[in-house]
Amino acid sequence: MEKRTTATTRTSLVTVLSKDKVPIAREQDVVLFRNRVKEYATKIGMGIVNQTKLITAASELVRNMLRYANGGDALIEVISKGRENGIRLTFTDEGPGIADVQKAMKDGFSTGKSLGLGLPGTKRLVSEFDIKSVVGQGTVVTVIKWKNG
Amino acid sequence: MKKDIAKLLQRKKKQIIDLWMKNQLADASLREDLMSNEELLEQSDELVNALLSKLTDDNLSNAESTDFDDVYEILSGISISRARQGFSPRETGVYIFSLKDALQEIVQQELRNDPVTLYEVSIKISKLIDSFGVVTFETFIKGREEVILRQTDEIAEISTPVIRVWDGIVALPIIGTLDSARTQVVMESLLQEIVDTGSGIAILDISGVPAVDSLVAQHLIKTVSATRLMGAECIISGIRPEIAQTVVHLGIDLSNIVTKSTLASALKHAFTLLQLEVRRKQKETSTLKSNI
Repeated sequence: MEKRTTATTRTSLVTVLSKDKVPIAREQDVVLFRNRVKEYATKIGMGIVNQTKLITAASELVRNMLRYANGGDALIEVISKGRENGIRLTFTDEGPGIADVQKAMKDGFSTGKSLGLGLPGTKRLVSEFDIKSVVGQGTVVTVIKWKNG
Repeated sequence: MKKDIAKLLQRKKKQIIDLWMKNQLADASLREDLMSNEELLEQSDELVNALLSKLTDDNLSNAESTDFDDVYEILSGISISRARQGFSPRETGVYIFSLKDALQEIVQQELRNDPVTLYEVSIKISKLIDSFGVVTFETFIKGREEVILRQTDEIAEISTPVIRVWDGIVALPIIGTLDSARTQVVMESLLQEIVDTGSGIAILDISGVPAVDSLVAQHLIKTVSATRLMGAECIISGIRPEIAQTVVHLGIDLSNIVTKSTLASALKHAFTLLQLEVRRKQKETSTLKSNI
């Protein structure tokens, strides 16, 4: 069986076991996507607490994508690193981008009328968090939740 | 030499219908249980009539032509009525596509000596009937979508019942995801019920909410604030352990809202607020019996 490997920001290798791409265009897709994430998380045997954290993080990021970029693509991957399994979610949009990522990662900052907890809160919910944004081109957010992380 | 295909087909209308009917009746997948042969003939006759009366040599190769509006209307009607009768979309599709065989057989008989034209005409007929078939599928799906939309509305309505659990206490169990539209419904019905019953305490039970993200939390906070503005106290119950941990990690501050893990403990708290006491009734008779 062929497996594609990619190096993460850390030096150890991460193996992608399966992937699933979900386009996000409407508010209804939030629930659909969340259920899909839950399916994968259950499949790898993630506990209910970590599952809920991951689902909530996914929900935050999908909502952000819908609200600020009118949708985009979400990728669900089951990954493994050494003996640990996990789920990696990648959210890619072609929205306006975030001008000051550091500011956006602070609690209580929001350009919309929300609580301003989406991005910083999500970071606290997941094991690894990465955000890349170019103004005018879009934003890519990648999060990883390890099964026991 | 170029033959007038539309005219030719119109002249052969009777034959086309006969042939089409013959093919259908010979087909093993004919559903006599769902539709009598007379009905089938009537339906087929109507369709062929509409098609042939509008057919010209120009629009034969242009299925988008407005000339075919009537035909499309009949097709949609057939698709819907067949779906109601219990035909599968495949059966309806096959029904339309079988017209192609009949048309082509007629054309073949007429143009036997002119293979080039025959080929051209058959391709055109094929394309035209294909697009007709697709319309029946589209209509079928559209019908289904309407049903789904109606059900969605119904679910939204029935899933937010406000229950009067005690004199002065109303409860609202929320099941499913709280989005903006849903919050609006929840808030409206809750506030209205508070006015109608003159209740002083409202319990929002979120046991059935799968995940509480910052948007859901924001909606909850708004609902609580609105209830307080009405002079009622609001308790949020049904907070599961995993939800509690997630909310803390997200950094949502719910500390100035009364929250309970179960509806029962929320009710107990409400009783305390109303200075009510629920006690087990003393069973005096049974103690008397044991003494004797």
